[in-house]
Amino acid sequence: MSGLQLQDLTKRFGSVNAVASVNLSVPQGTFVCLLGPSGCGKTTLLRMIAGLEEPTEGAIVLDNKDMTGVPTHQRDFGMVFQSLALFPHLNVGENIAYPLRIRGVDKAEQKRRVEELLELVRLPGLADRPVAKLSGGQRQRVAIARALALRPKLFLLDEPLSALDAKLREAMQVELRQLQQSLGITTIVVTHDQREAMTMADLVVVMGEGRIRQAASPIQVYRKPSDAFVADFIGMTNLLPLKGNGDLLGRSFPSLGMAVGPRGGHLSVRPEDIRLVSPDQGTLTGTVTFVRDLGGTIETFVDVEGTSIVAVTTPRERTPYVAGDNVGIHLPVESCVVLKG
Amino acid sequence: MRREPPRSLADYAPIAFPAIMLLVFFVIPFSTMIAVSFFRRDPAGFYSRDFIFDNYERFLSAFFGGVLSFSIMLAIVVAIICVILAFPFTWLLSQASRRVQIVWLVAILSVLSLSEVIIGFAWTTLFSRTAGLTNILVWLGLMSEPHALMPNFGAVLTGMVYQALPYTILVLYPAIVRLDPTLMEAARTLGSSPLRSFFNVIVPAMRSTITATLIMVFVFALGSYLLPQMLGRPQHWTLSVLITDQAIYQSNMPFAAAMAVFLVLMSLAFVGLTLLVGARKGAEA
Repeated sequence: MSGLQLQDLTKRFGSVNAVASVNLSVPQGTFVCLLGPSGCGKTTLLRMIAGLEEPTEGAIVLDNKDMTGVPTHQRDFGMVFQSLALFPHLNVGENIAYPLRIRGVDKAEQKRRVEELLELVRLPGLADRPVAKLSGGQRQRVAIARALALRPKLFLLDEPLSALDAKLREAMQVELRQLQQSLGITTIVVTHDQREAMTMADLVVVMGEGRIRQAASPIQVYRKPSDAFVADFIGMTNLLPLKGNGDLLGRSFPSLGMAVGPRGGHLSVRPEDIRLVSPDQGTLTGTVTFVRDLGGTIETFVDVEGTSIVAVTTPRERTPYVAGDNVGIHLPVESCVVLKG
Repeated sequence: MRREPPRSLADYAPIAFPAIMLLVFFVIPFSTMIAVSFFRRDPAGFYSRDFIFDNYERFLSAFFGGVLSFSIMLAIVVAIICVILAFPFTWLLSQASRRVQIVWLVAILSVLSLSEVIIGFAWTTLFSRTAGLTNILVWLGLMSEPHALMPNFGAVLTGMVYQALPYTILVLYPAIVRLDPTLMEAARTLGSSPLRSFFNVIVPAMRSTITATLIMVFVFALGSYLLPQMLGRPQHWTLSVLITDQAIYQSNMPFAAAMAVFLVLMSLAFVGLTLLVGARKGAEA
């Protein structure tokens, strides 16, 4: 099978499991986002794939070839670092040509390829510019061009956009995704930003405490989170405690009790799925405690039996509530997810 | 920070302390030396006030020219060897764990606490025929009988490199520790072996630090006057040895002062030249 396979990949630092038996199959040409809070092992996993960290156990297989013991410089993977790691003593063109020079590519070919790559990352004509004279976004593009110079089989990026301001970051996300699709290259990006992952990825891998919590398409991770950790990490959600007998915030829902099992769990409902209705119509009732009117959307916080539930609406739907209003909360069954444990 | 031109005398107060220190410990002694270098030697006593160029004239001979060029050549060779040895060592040290780094740095500092005299005597013993290193080679069967490894140029060089190496490491260490560790990793992901990455990326990225260290070790080595006497023959004596000889044993202060002024000017010229070459290379890149 072509593509990347991670088999039981484990990294221990002393007695700490930074990455614990990760199994993942990435088909050729897929854009993968490793997503998780800091310290979840996503960067360690990426560094193992790049060969910068030696796995304690397990194997890395690319196109049916075992890469586990292959030294970094023989792997042919392109990598963009969080610090970008542009060489300060070389100019833009020399930075991009560095991998070509190492391979002994002749000068004319180097020059042609540098121009082609600068065209690709939309920085034509900047080859002679010193690295220190570039803006943050331009450095980003140079680092990407350099990593792609050898036409790598695998493109790895470690929090590549974290140094950019919010607006530029969003633009680069789209650009990076379009670049990846035009090249058809298998790409793995480490990020802690779920919006970034949703924008770019074919496959979102949510990690927590060194393990994969869920690996699925962005929309599936959002709509059908596998556990409370994933539901909470991806976007805003309401995690409502659900007892084994079907009790939810003082009301009984026997069918939910059947689904969650005797040990209980949580019910996850996205804020935009909740409908606020008159107090006698809702599944639950509560009191409005705070209203955040952001112009485009309105977040209404409702207290139900001591649990805060947030609902997101648009101003077009209805006029905002005010704190102290009694409201009914309608939970549409089809958009609720029952999470065990 | 807002910077305004100083208006009253009180605005100059912050620079008073450094100015006084500079005056007392640099300007006054150095001016005295320059003045003395123009004085006339009095064979009966010390020197008498005058303004003559005899001392400089005497210096402009093949003999002193030879000694001066040997001194500068020796300092350059010591500086280059020290940086070649210390740079990879310090870089490897920076890759080690914090605990290993501290142990090494303490050991290096302890070498630094040894005086030139102790270093000289230690090497005199190590290079001797009776108790020296060659006895180990004889014991190992690699040599038929022990030799004395001194006095010669190699012995002088070894002693001076030994003395200057800890300084070199301590000057390089802060800069190398601050170097972005991902530069090396980036070079490796781009297909460069670790050894090649070191020479291709780490060394050029540290060019200005290397230049500064070369100058520092050069100046340090130029002032050495005990080791060349202890480990070398008279032809390996540096200008510093002759200055000491003139000042202390020949009581010829004016001539010693003239030589010292000349040495300072020559070393300043070399430092300036190095900086100039460094700046031009930096502008090209």
